[in-house]
Amino acid sequence: MSVQPFLIAAAGLFSIGIYGILVRRNVVMVLLSIELILNAVNINFVVFNAMLGDVLLQGQIFTIFIITIAAAEVGIGLAIVLMLFRNRKTANIDEFDLLKW
Amino acid sequence: MEALDIISYFLLLGLLLVAVKVVTTTNVIHAAISLVFTLAITAATFLLLSAEFVALVIVLVYIGAVIVLFLFGIMITRAPLGQNAELDNDKNKSLALVISLAIFGIFSYVMLDTFDSQIIITSGTSTELLGEILLSRFVFPFEVVSFVLLAALIGGITLARQDNALMDENQI
Repeated sequence: MSVQPFLIAAAGLFSIGIYGILVRRNVVMVLLSIELILNAVNINFVVFNAMLGDVLLQGQIFTIFIITIAAAEVGIGLAIVLMLFRNRKTANIDEFDLLKW
Repeated sequence: MEALDIISYFLLLGLLLVAVKVVTTTNVIHAAISLVFTLAITAATFLLLSAEFVALVIVLVYIGAVIVLFLFGIMITRAPLGQNAELDNDKNKSLALVISLAIFGIFSYVMLDTFDSQIIITSGTSTELLGEILLSRFVFPFEVVSFVLLAALIGGITLARQDNALMDENQI
């Protein structure tokens, strides 16, 4: 298998995630887009691990670490969203303008 | 080898299609379900690259736990279910499209230019080796990550709980 289709697909996934972060108004949808970006990074790690034939499998191990951190990030992120929703009665990012002058 | 190539093309094309669905649909539940399909196709791609333990972790952790958290977040913030035209920030749309296409162009150019003749050698199963390496050479990062998970758990509970006891004290 050639390595290029995987890398192009990962780049596509990354830019789709960037588009989602910039366009979505709902905070939960922005978190979904962040998951897409992390997924693109995971694909890159595993592909490069397979390409280099690493005997220590460092690409796969880093992927496992990234998945763990992503799970922690989603937990904390949703707790923050819950707090914001409780205080501001909305989940739209453009209405969280408390720090704007 | 030829068959594997064709399978990988179909998988990656499907991956991009459902990922586009995640960011363009106007229905929040459909976005979460499309993310499930994106992650499932990612797991299939990892199986193709002989990283079967990572594929299983994706299915267990992401599809099993993270998606449930997302659906919980969607329900509890009372995002309007069904069609919702106000989900997107329309005035950002063209600028976001330009930025993401520029990032995609730069990345694709670099990838096509640098990894021109590299091929992937798939090498059977690797789970046993992965476990040994994870608990010998990478045991310290492994423990640090478990501590981070514990801290995130405590932080999440502290942030999200209603502090009823504190409120009662203040009323008295």
